[in-house]
Amino acid sequence: MDELAAATEINWPAGVHEVFRRAGVGLVTYVPDAGHTALIELCAADDDMVTNVLTTEEEGVAIATGAWLGGKRSAILMQSSGVGNCINMLSLPVIARVPLLLLVTMRGEWAEFNPWQNPMGRATQASLEAIGVTVLRAETAVDVVETVEQATTMAYDGDQQIAVLLGQRLLGKKRW
Amino acid sequence: MSEVLERRDAVARLLADRGDLLVVTGLGSPTYDVHAAGDHDANYYLWGAMGGASLVGLGLAQAQSSRRVLVITGDGEQLMALGGLSTIAAAHPTNLDIIVLDNEHYGETGMQTSHTGLGIDLAAVAAALGFEDSRVVTTTEQLAQLIADRAVAATGPRLAVLKIRAENLPRSMPSRDAVFIKNRFRAHLGLPPN
Repeated sequence: MDELAAATEINWPAGVHEVFRRAGVGLVTYVPDAGHTALIELCAADDDMVTNVLTTEEEGVAIATGAWLGGKRSAILMQSSGVGNCINMLSLPVIARVPLLLLVTMRGEWAEFNPWQNPMGRATQASLEAIGVTVLRAETAVDVVETVEQATTMAYDGDQQIAVLLGQRLLGKKRW
Repeated sequence: MSEVLERRDAVARLLADRGDLLVVTGLGSPTYDVHAAGDHDANYYLWGAMGGASLVGLGLAQAQSSRRVLVITGDGEQLMALGGLSTIAAAHPTNLDIIVLDNEHYGETGMQTSHTGLGIDLAAVAAALGFEDSRVVTTTEQLAQLIADRAVAATGPRLAVLKIRAENLPRSMPSRDAVFIKNRFRAHLGLPPN
């Protein structure tokens, strides 16, 4: 079993981190979400990656564009509620054809206790597609790693703007 | 407002001896001001994405740590990214300078008064966030001092507010093709289009 298969076997955050390393992702920005905790920790601990915590998710879109102008590949981690904060800023990578990779943990779609998450959860995919971002979904740990792996090719080699939505079913029920 | 600078002259002075400076401009008049000072392969002009200029600058600064990055934007554009100034302060780049051309108005949309015209002090905000240097510039003498000080290497992000006259000058428009400008910018850095 190679590193990627081994990492995937254990957990998807380790698999995605390995995919980021192989794709040469050197910058990871995020507004924290519980579903991203392990991946954020792995990236922050990686000497080859710079991590920026954001006050709002749209900052990550602008940072990713600047990083690409300077030759660095990046990824943005956010929760579905944060997608709504990004819409106008997404004009920038879309119109400049700058590679963009968003990993979005979903809320409001599976065993959701907090109804305030539901409206943006419903709007996430539609609003990303409306602004011109390609949306892929992943529902299992293996799915996540494979989907992110191919999304890195579409983004960095194909100049596409890609969001991978990580289903709430995968992330499990939040304990209150 | 008492003493103020003329925006085109101020920007021309800032860029006169730009060396290997990389420049990002905020939408509207700052984009025209930088273009009027002389088009350059190392300029990235924004025509939209309001609130994004200083953060594009941050990403660029983190990707090109050996080059100095200068963001030239307006008060309205920077006000939309007050949170972004926190992100920049937390990231603590040592090669990022932000210039806010502050006419205290939304000049592109009918000269409505902006928050800086209502007493909000962006330089004080940057100082509170821990920017290494933060100041308000209103005279050509202060501008000359700023240019001299900015030529010295930094140990953290720096911000200067240039108080400028509220006026709409003839537009000096760079290409609106963001892909063309991107590829030209990357080529300047020796990078392929993709």
